[in-house]
Amino acid sequence: MAQPQVLTPPSRPPRESHARSWRGIGWGFIVKLIVMGLINALGIMAILSAFSAQSWILLGVTAALVLAADVVYFTKRALPLKYLMPGLVFLLVFQVFVFGYTAYIAFTNYGTGHAGSQEQAVDAALIQGERRIEGSETYPLSVVERFGEYGLAINDDGDVRVGSAASPLTDVGTAPAGQAPASVDGWTVVPRTQVITDQELQATIEALRVPFSDDPNDGSIRTRDGSTGVLYTPTMVWDAEAGTITDTVNGTVYTADDATGSFVADDGTRLPAGWYVNVGFDNFLRVFTDPSLAGPLLSVTGWTFAFAAGSVVISFGLGLVFALVFNDPRVRARKYLRTLIILPYAFPAFMSALLFRGMFNAEFGVINDLFFFGSQINWLGDPWLAKAAVLWVNVWLSFPYWFLVCTGALQALPSDTLEAASIDGAGRWRQFRSIVLPLLLVSTAPLAISSFAFSFNNFTVIYMFNAGGPAIPGAPYTLGSTDILISAIYRVSGVAGGAADYGLASALSIIVFIVVGVISAIAFRQTRKLEEFQ
Amino acid sequence: MSTARTRIRRRRWWLEVGWKYFFAVVVVFYAVFPLVYVLSASLNPRGTLSGSNNLFSAFDLSNFAALGATSYWTWVGNTLLVGGVSAVGAVIMGASAAYAFSRFRFRGRRVSLTSLLIVQMFPQALAFVAIFLMLLAIGEIVPALGLNSKLALICVYLGGALGANTFLMYGFFNTIPIEIDESAKIDGATHAQIFWRLIIPLVTPILAVVALLAFITAFGDYILAKIVLTSEDNWTLAVGMYQWVSNQLASRWGLFAAGAVIAAIPVLALFLSLQRFIVGGLTQGSVKG
Repeated sequence: MAQPQVLTPPSRPPRESHARSWRGIGWGFIVKLIVMGLINALGIMAILSAFSAQSWILLGVTAALVLAADVVYFTKRALPLKYLMPGLVFLLVFQVFVFGYTAYIAFTNYGTGHAGSQEQAVDAALIQGERRIEGSETYPLSVVERFGEYGLAINDDGDVRVGSAASPLTDVGTAPAGQAPASVDGWTVVPRTQVITDQELQATIEALRVPFSDDPNDGSIRTRDGSTGVLYTPTMVWDAEAGTITDTVNGTVYTADDATGSFVADDGTRLPAGWYVNVGFDNFLRVFTDPSLAGPLLSVTGWTFAFAAGSVVISFGLGLVFALVFNDPRVRARKYLRTLIILPYAFPAFMSALLFRGMFNAEFGVINDLFFFGSQINWLGDPWLAKAAVLWVNVWLSFPYWFLVCTGALQALPSDTLEAASIDGAGRWRQFRSIVLPLLLVSTAPLAISSFAFSFNNFTVIYMFNAGGPAIPGAPYTLGSTDILISAIYRVSGVAGGAADYGLASALSIIVFIVVGVISAIAFRQTRKLEEFQ
Repeated sequence: MSTARTRIRRRRWWLEVGWKYFFAVVVVFYAVFPLVYVLSASLNPRGTLSGSNNLFSAFDLSNFAALGATSYWTWVGNTLLVGGVSAVGAVIMGASAAYAFSRFRFRGRRVSLTSLLIVQMFPQALAFVAIFLMLLAIGEIVPALGLNSKLALICVYLGGALGANTFLMYGFFNTIPIEIDESAKIDGATHAQIFWRLIIPLVTPILAVVALLAFITAFGDYILAKIVLTSEDNWTLAVGMYQWVSNQLASRWGLFAAGAVIAAIPVLALFLSLQRFIVGGLTQGSVKG
């Protein structure tokens, strides 16, 4: 014990040793100020553009995040949050929110033909039927530009009106009647020579349509030559009160149906453009009841379990055997051997899968050529051979991991227990079965579970190796026999092209989330039982 | 007598040790053959699948030279950028979160740790539809964070940074005696100084491992990179190289092999040199396959 000392404040601050001079010139604070300034500036910019696009959710989220950042970093309270905040923001937005959003989409019919709000669907329907009315008025016109966005400015009997694809025409000033507007407030007029010479710009201008007013029934202005604008009016008429669209050509009335999110005529025909609505459990029901979908999905699910379980069990087995064999101090150069064995693990996985795709090629692949004497075994085209091959690839990719893990676990085994067992007369096999394996499983079982969950969703290997093929005959969305659930979802979703069904894809994602969660929960409970061995 | 004994001893050696060398040859062949094959194919000027089966029948660097005429080096740059920034971000976020969990006692600490464990079980890739639609919406407001932006992809990867790495680092941070912090605190250090100047230098091994794992994850990801990055000059290697060999008829095998060799060698070298740390890290949580 040190002598009790009466602490008196020193009259003069003592010279601190160099090692203790923690107080610098406060660089940390300056850096913090700069970073926070940047965050606030970017946040305000995002808030402003969200405001002008009337995207209230994004505005709210951004404002809340910026405010939270300011509160956390400029008050003295909530010290741990200062360290947690950066990661937490990304976690909340790009993982937790995204999970929630998936759940939300799963209950809608979001997808091709149901991609926006009802308002957007009306616009799309009216645009589709837009015609130039014979003898309709033409306006002198200039092409204008603002922040890379192109718009059209017309001279409507002396009034200059300007608009773009996103914003309808508005009055901005006056000009002598009959002349194309020479200058437009807030916009840059694109010189006519440039409109004529620039091919790409010309195509953009020809595709551009500027709504005449807020009412979609008024039609839109378009131009072919960049100097005169023509009013195109829709052949369909939208009646917002009644919620109907009437085709003026043949008189068909399409009524807005809020249950399906589409415009339906009495005879059952629908307009291609619809909006997305809440459909309840329809997507989930379809997964189980639609016979053309349920059958292939069932086989996909079965294969997913087989693939994940097979990958873990086989590669674990191989890794364990290799570890047992080479964990022998009498074998020389084990260090080099170990390096060679883990090479497949260090080689990027997507490249190995692509590499094997070529090696398993029936006609030119090196595997048929060298190991099967040039016979043309159709590895990638036959459902069962393809399954075996992709399992082979995944085992090749992951056995080194288990080799490493098992080697580590074997070296950590208590040597006295094994010694005692061999003194008691236990043979090699008995020792392995009763001591080595149980102890090994305690440390490796949690890894096996996460490895199972990883294989369960190993999109890269499946997609790179054979893109899920060969196709199951008659299956919708061209599902294939080596597709696992996540690659099946990828096909259903249509994000890679083709008709999109985000609702169904999200419903499938939710089902997979539940499956993974249940398996993990059960498995972790089992591992806790295993730990009681010790 | 003595010859009989040596014979018995030799037989025992064969039974117990000798066969392991033969076994090792088989295992090494299994592990290394595809890699040797891709190296040989990269040196084969014929550049097609059919011509690449005779190992090392030719030595020619034309495939490597031909990479220059493709977007390969752009993709390499994109991959390095996306992987590098995600790795650095993952390290900073993971380390500060682990520091908070390891050094501070605050309300909701246990709950947050448990929720992190639960969240990390659900892979982000499964929610790719929602990610796609969300980026579509964000892109209308902030184009720099919308579809076809590398920054957006990095943000998506960083969303998984906390779940994947906090536990790895948390365990490591706990092994550093808290007395170090306390003595510095008595000497007048602020929490930020303790974090940046004391703790970070002490935990560099785990930082290196987390950085490498985050880099490899970003490097090998296909599904998110594919849906986020739509234009060819924004692709990463995984998205770009898939195009080369996905079509069996127009397959550019030689290019793929050369590209694979170039891309894999740095990763292999890093992996092997950090092997000791990675094995420790892997057994504590993170899994590749």
